[in-house]
Amino acid sequence: MRELLAGLLLLPGLALAAEAPPAERQAELLYLLRQDCGSCHGMTLRGGLGPPLLPETLADRDADTLAEIIRGGVPGTPMPPWGFEITGEEARWLARRLKEGVQP
Amino acid sequence: MRRLLPLLPALLSVVMLATPLRAQLRGTGDLGIVVERASGSVLIVETSGRSILARVEGLGDLSHASAVFSRDQRYAYIFGRDGGLTKLDLLEAKVAARKVQAGNSIGGAISADGGLVAVANYEPGSVRVFDAEDLALVADIPSVYADDGARSKVVGIEDLGGRRFAFSLYDGGQIWLADLADPAAPRITRYADIGRLPYDALVTPDGRYYIAGLFGEDGLVLLDLWQREPRPRRILDGYGRGEQPLPVYKMPHLEGWSQAGDLLFLPAVGRHELLVVDRRRDFAEIGRIPVHGQPVFAVARPDGRQVWVNFAHPRNDTVQVIDVPSMRVVATFSPGEAILHLEFTPRGEQVWISARDSDEVVVYDTESLAELARIPARKPSGIFFTARANRIGF
Repeated sequence: MRELLAGLLLLPGLALAAEAPPAERQAELLYLLRQDCGSCHGMTLRGGLGPPLLPETLADRDADTLAEIIRGGVPGTPMPPWGFEITGEEARWLARRLKEGVQP
Repeated sequence: MRRLLPLLPALLSVVMLATPLRAQLRGTGDLGIVVERASGSVLIVETSGRSILARVEGLGDLSHASAVFSRDQRYAYIFGRDGGLTKLDLLEAKVAARKVQAGNSIGGAISADGGLVAVANYEPGSVRVFDAEDLALVADIPSVYADDGARSKVVGIEDLGGRRFAFSLYDGGQIWLADLADPAAPRITRYADIGRLPYDALVTPDGRYYIAGLFGEDGLVLLDLWQREPRPRRILDGYGRGEQPLPVYKMPHLEGWSQAGDLLFLPAVGRHELLVVDRRRDFAEIGRIPVHGQPVFAVARPDGRQVWVNFAHPRNDTVQVIDVPSMRVVATFSPGEAILHLEFTPRGEQVWISARDSDEVVVYDTESLAELARIPARKPSGIFFTARANRIGF
């Protein structure tokens, strides 16, 4: 019983941890965002051939939708799917950072 | 003092970097710049001794920056992503003039007489033309393509000889020719319905053909500028043969793409292939060369004997060399991580390659493929040598 209780106490922490990649991976993702997403969206995310990725331009989409776009791309446009190197959890983390206004 | 001594070499190198080059009388034919995209700086380099002469900072957002040169090869005009237009004095190693002329830009071109610098803008969608001397605005051409006043992002701007430029409207699916013989009254010729999402363009070295690549369709659009009334037409139509293209992690670049003799090497968007067309055979496809990844740049050595290719993320640690007569890949190697650009010296005996994630520019002998130098640079991207001043479409 004591073990179960300890486990329950850990649960909220686990859920949070699951939604935030390890620090090293976060750095890799932000580098990818700046350098490679930046080829189309601009290194400062103010847009290029692709649209800007700023909080005000992303306001009408929730993080889950954005994460799906990151992983699946947008058919019929140049936006490619990044699911081959970004997991769902990582994409949701990136999407939340974008909506908060990350400056990679 | 003893504490300072270890610092001395570092201090000296800073001083040397800052010394204007005029201290020593010299030409500019072997000079060039390396864009350091993430730090808003450029290196001024020389290719005879393969060294860095100076670093110039404060040029804004240089992601995707490119440059053209004054006809005397003393000044570089650098086009930043943030709309910054900088005239850089290569001899004095300082900014001669600079203005932020738009919110978001993609590149530019200089007129044959060296008098006008034209910039293609995403935001606001336009081409803006400046006096090359002092960067005073001489013409503003809004890229309005629809009745409701919608403006398109402008891509693929090229000089055509005279005071003429060609460019493409990405959202609008149009090609425009602008004649600025009278900059106060630009004469614009518009070609609509050329195809979906032209993403970049090139002009052949003789200034005759303007070719735009389409993202939304399997094909390219060709305009023969030697015709009295040029008409756009498709080449390589349906090159994908109905197959689903691969996702594109970096758009190919067309400017600087290669014409080698009568052959043009063009990118197949979303495919690991170069398409080869023959100018003398009405731009018919005469071959396909399978390559390592999706090509971003394919650049002919100035003599046309070789074509060097780099690739899109995630296969961007590799460079391949194509032998033009046999149309085969003859070398594959990895100069570093994230290869973004390559530039030949004027005669083509060396090629300089930027390896962004290695923070290095790597120089090769193009004949022996021996590595000649590794030059430290911060997140290097575009490399531009002054010999571009003498070439149409560069």
